[in-house]
Amino acid sequence: MIQTLEKIIAEHPFFHDLPPHNLQLIAGCAKNVRFEAGQVVFHEGDEADQFYFIREGLVAVELMIPQRGFTTVQTVGEGEMLGWSWLLPPYRWHFGARALQPVRALVFDGKCLRTKCEEDHDLGYEILKRFTHIISERLDATRLQLLDLYGAHA
Amino acid sequence: MTAGPALDPMLPRPYRIRRVHRETHDTFTFELAPAARGEGCSFAPGQFNMLYVFGMGEVPVSISGDTASSPSLHHTTRAVGTVTRAMQALKRGDTLGVRGPFGSSWPVDEAAGRDVIIIAGGIGLAPLRPALYHLLAQRKKYRRISLLYGARTPQDILYRHELEQWRGQFDLDVHVTVDRGSSEWNGNVGVVTKLIQRAPFDRSSAVALICGPEVMMRFTVMELQKHGLPLERTYLSLERNMKCAVGFCGHCQYGPLFICKDGPVFRGDRVAGLLGRAEI
Amino acid sequence: MDLQVKDTVTFEREHFDQLLHALAGRGYQIIGPKVREGAIVYDHLGSATDLPVGWTDEQDGGKYRLKRRADEALFGYVVGPHSWKRYLHPPVQRLWQAQREKSGFRIVPETHLPPKYAFLGVRSCELHAIAIQDKVFLGGQYTDPIYNSRREDLFLVAVNCSQAGGTCFCVSMNTGPQAVAGFDLALTEVLQNARHYFVVEVGTQRGAALLSEVPHQRAAASETQAAARISAEASASMGRKMDTVDIRELLYRNSENSRWDQVASRCLTCANCTMVCPTCFCTTVEEVTDLTGEHAERWRKWDSCFTMDFSYLHGGSVRSTPKSRYRQWLTHKLAAWMDQFGSSGCVGCGRCITWCPVGIDITEEVRAIRESESAGAAAGTGEGKNDTNT
Repeated sequence: MIQTLEKIIAEHPFFHDLPPHNLQLIAGCAKNVRFEAGQVVFHEGDEADQFYFIREGLVAVELMIPQRGFTTVQTVGEGEMLGWSWLLPPYRWHFGARALQPVRALVFDGKCLRTKCEEDHDLGYEILKRFTHIISERLDATRLQLLDLYGAHA
Repeated sequence: MTAGPALDPMLPRPYRIRRVHRETHDTFTFELAPAARGEGCSFAPGQFNMLYVFGMGEVPVSISGDTASSPSLHHTTRAVGTVTRAMQALKRGDTLGVRGPFGSSWPVDEAAGRDVIIIAGGIGLAPLRPALYHLLAQRKKYRRISLLYGARTPQDILYRHELEQWRGQFDLDVHVTVDRGSSEWNGNVGVVTKLIQRAPFDRSSAVALICGPEVMMRFTVMELQKHGLPLERTYLSLERNMKCAVGFCGHCQYGPLFICKDGPVFRGDRVAGLLGRAEI
Repeated sequence: MDLQVKDTVTFEREHFDQLLHALAGRGYQIIGPKVREGAIVYDHLGSATDLPVGWTDEQDGGKYRLKRRADEALFGYVVGPHSWKRYLHPPVQRLWQAQREKSGFRIVPETHLPPKYAFLGVRSCELHAIAIQDKVFLGGQYTDPIYNSRREDLFLVAVNCSQAGGTCFCVSMNTGPQAVAGFDLALTEVLQNARHYFVVEVGTQRGAALLSEVPHQRAAASETQAAARISAEASASMGRKMDTVDIRELLYRNSENSRWDQVASRCLTCANCTMVCPTCFCTTVEEVTDLTGEHAERWRKWDSCFTMDFSYLHGGSVRSTPKSRYRQWLTHKLAAWMDQFGSSGCVGCGRCITWCPVGIDITEEVRAIRESESAGAAAGTGEGKNDTNT
């Protein structure tokens, strides 16, 4: 059964308690998208005009390091949101992203949503609240990774 | 399961190294057998032995093998100090002293009829492996079983071959992540707590078994609580330096608890108040 | 006459050596107080004159001096730097030996054959301390064979204190000054006019049997009253007091009290307190090998939670600050001990106060923490002060 995008979005905790008219608007900015394993989702430095909700598969958030090549700093998987650079100037990706496995995702038109948020601050606040939460969780996780707790002298 | 003749908990018993497996660059697993017949002892998952290297000293090491393989013992050790580095240099046929088993064990019986989520960080997988063996040996007694394992890098993954086998089983959920990937790694990169959302469990009855560095356990407990799992159904294995392992030397005290005899496995509510505190 | 448990008799000073003689005759090695190097310590005794006859001690925070008495009392002092634990829980003890063999090594267990001890002059606080260590070493899942071998046949001759020491607080800890249980015999020394005698309470059958070898007579009412008066005077003259109301909860909830920083600024982490404390039991082990590498031994030694590496995980000490170590010791002694062993770990003997080089007084520390609560400073968290400068 093909679910409408609105329904899929509404089910995800990220979009909980969004007023229905906001939900509709956001669903209107969304599209289904697929990536093959190994395919680049976005390049570091490109214009960040979208964000993704990963429905299936695994995406590597990566950085190009000259001596090391592309290095994955974190992976984002099923049920997770990918990308917040579209929210903040200069609206460019700080990292790259590549599908490690076949990925099914929803892609949201960040540029359009940005404009709407400027017009409707209530909507803007709802979006920012949710993305701040994600950023906070990623920061916690990053800090823990940094600690190298499993290292020999943790 | 009965123990052998009354074994003096203060005296090491000689065990011979039957097999050595180098798990990673600094971690190795010994398979040990009692040097004297009839001196073996059964153990429960989560317990530990004091391993003695002739002339060097003793260290507490969790038993990492199957309880069913008794009297053989498996110990996975990381070479981080003088005694463990000396241990790392031992070969097949060499002798180690063994005192034990000591300590409390994972609640494998109490978990019957429930979902079990096992969360391991780094070498924390070693003390959890006997519990997993036990659960799998009596698979029908348990509902959903998930293993979430975080390692430092792909080169630090323990029991790789077994993990791949476990992942292939239909009745076991296995998720592995690393803190730092490598160019050949196409798996998860990130902290093990992020894997919790991938392991569905019935929050009203599930039991979690956790072992790893203290910080990792602390955050894992918090994440589990966010997913509705209370401290009363969360179990952790703690560690401290030990000299005697029988509650006399005083070194392993953690608040009012002796890690050697009140632990090392503790129910979450018993240690929650101590976990985040500095210099306790 | 046929002596029974709970009987009270008296014997004269001149017959004191008969008591020692009777003990020696039964094969006991008598350990008791002796003057040595300016202090009263516990050592082997031969006769009554080995005791600190006519000596007393003056004690205060960080202070211990011996002074001559005006009389010839045998027990006219309280406790010194030694406690009986050095005989029951020896400071240095070999646990086993290991000998390399062609195929590995062999463990040679130690056969523990300690001498039969008779402790002469055990104070009430010390009887409690012994009972506390009994709980630690004999009352749990495992028993310590070394402690057990020394404790099994131990003969205890208690002495009721005639005066409180300068740092004593047994009354507030409910551990004295009068011995009520745990002894074979309990003596109260009475010097009245020209008469010098001992009132003895019989605690056990073997105490009764021993005493029957010492010329004695039933205690008269006046004599038991004299003894009671002496104990009452000792009770009334306590210089210090520990407020034990809710002490466990008090210490548990004040782990972040700023008082700990205050005491840490004075504490040298010298570990004297743990060495002299009659209940402290922590030990470490040391591996010793010979030059050939064929022979190894494991030795057990007293240790202290004040040492930097007492508690560690690979990577570093868990209690790296003196503050955390002082807090650990005091909280363990007065609070956690109750959870572990069902009683306080402190018997109010005052040794830790006397032998602390800087005179830290645990009764004062507890009082300060308690008072800080009523003054509302319990939090000790980083609450910024209002800055009136803008």
